[in-house]
Amino acid sequence: MEHFDRRQFMRLSGFGGAVFMSGLGLSGCAGPGTGSASSDFFFVQLSDSHWGFEGDANPDAKGTLPKAIASVNALGQKPDFVIFTGDLTHTTDNPRERRERMAQFREHVARLQIATVRFIPGEHDASLDNGKAFQEFFGPTHYTFDHKGVHFIALDNVSDPAARIGETQLAWLSDDLARQPKDARIVVFAHRPLFDLYPQWDWATRDGAQAVALLMPYANVTVFYGHIHQEHHRMTGHIAHHSAKSLIFPLPVAASQPKRTPLPWDPAQPYKGLGFREIHADQRAADFDIAELPVQERV
Amino acid sequence: MAQAFSAKRPVRRRHFLGAAGALTLGSLAVLGHAQAQPRVVEVLAKRFVFVPNEIRVKKGETVLLQFTSDDVPMGFALADFKAQVDIVPGKVATLLLTPEKLGNFTFLCDVFCGSGHEEMDGSLIVTE
Repeated sequence: MEHFDRRQFMRLSGFGGAVFMSGLGLSGCAGPGTGSASSDFFFVQLSDSHWGFEGDANPDAKGTLPKAIASVNALGQKPDFVIFTGDLTHTTDNPRERRERMAQFREHVARLQIATVRFIPGEHDASLDNGKAFQEFFGPTHYTFDHKGVHFIALDNVSDPAARIGETQLAWLSDDLARQPKDARIVVFAHRPLFDLYPQWDWATRDGAQAVALLMPYANVTVFYGHIHQEHHRMTGHIAHHSAKSLIFPLPVAASQPKRTPLPWDPAQPYKGLGFREIHADQRAADFDIAELPVQERV
Repeated sequence: MAQAFSAKRPVRRRHFLGAAGALTLGSLAVLGHAQAQPRVVEVLAKRFVFVPNEIRVKKGETVLLQFTSDDVPMGFALADFKAQVDIVPGKVATLLLTPEKLGNFTFLCDVFCGSGHEEMDGSLIVTE
């Protein structure tokens, strides 16, 4: 396991000396529909909106997701697609309430002016019913798709309440990977980290190491995930793992405080620590450029 | 370093049966290293709390944690000792532990069990 140092991160992200600021997008990138099998594009990752949460950690819990959606709609260029990497809704023990939250979440997301919006579940969405309600509203919990020369794999490490991907899905992953060339550009989406980020706070996947082992023979693999409500970057060998910010409240850095309690809302800086990201694929480079963007109070 | 799951001597079945009748296979593997009669600590896991949620152990003392759940499946994870056991209602789950480092270590439920799951934790306090 290796931590990113500054040089590694710059190289991996391709940022160089550039600074990407809020809402501006990256003007040099091609938009959707540029056609070729392998061309530049970008997509947007949103995560951990926890629709239905109520608490001091976010006094604008009902307003943050709509603001994030408005922020995405206001981007200078439209992404090719948007993906939500889990915890779309905040958990409830009531199955009917769970479905109401999912219906409300889906209503808001329908306002995204993007043709393709994809979802994977988080444990708040799926762990109490093994993904049943999630599938009713959003479809399969794990799947693959190809887009402009990149092979995308969405993994489900939450429908098992014990945070296992499970042997069946691992076999499915193995079969899918067997059809990919070793130099394929592969992006994996998951909710929980696939490595032991901090198991003391349940920031892990029990059999995540098996998934990483299956991915290791492939030269160009990048993982985007959520769950920990903050930006985080880690390498496992040559595989880069990037976690996304939340759209409800930020969580503390691992081990920085005794409990995994949300960082308090700062009225002087509302929505601080919340946000989403653009992920840019450049056909000339195997890695991805990531631009972190805040939730805009007013768009 | 803790010896939560080390097995330095072969397991003796008579020893195993004498200590506890409901040991899991994982616990069986470590019992050879345990004391003849480890102190038993019973822990009830219920939504959304461990009872007790504070377990005190002397450094080097072997304790047999016995877990039960009355309602839904739970988990007990003590990451600092790489110790984990699933708790199924109606069964006794066990974990043999010999902490060899001092401190206050958080354990938590690692099987998502409901709306209070993320607050379901406790402390293992290891003293001299």
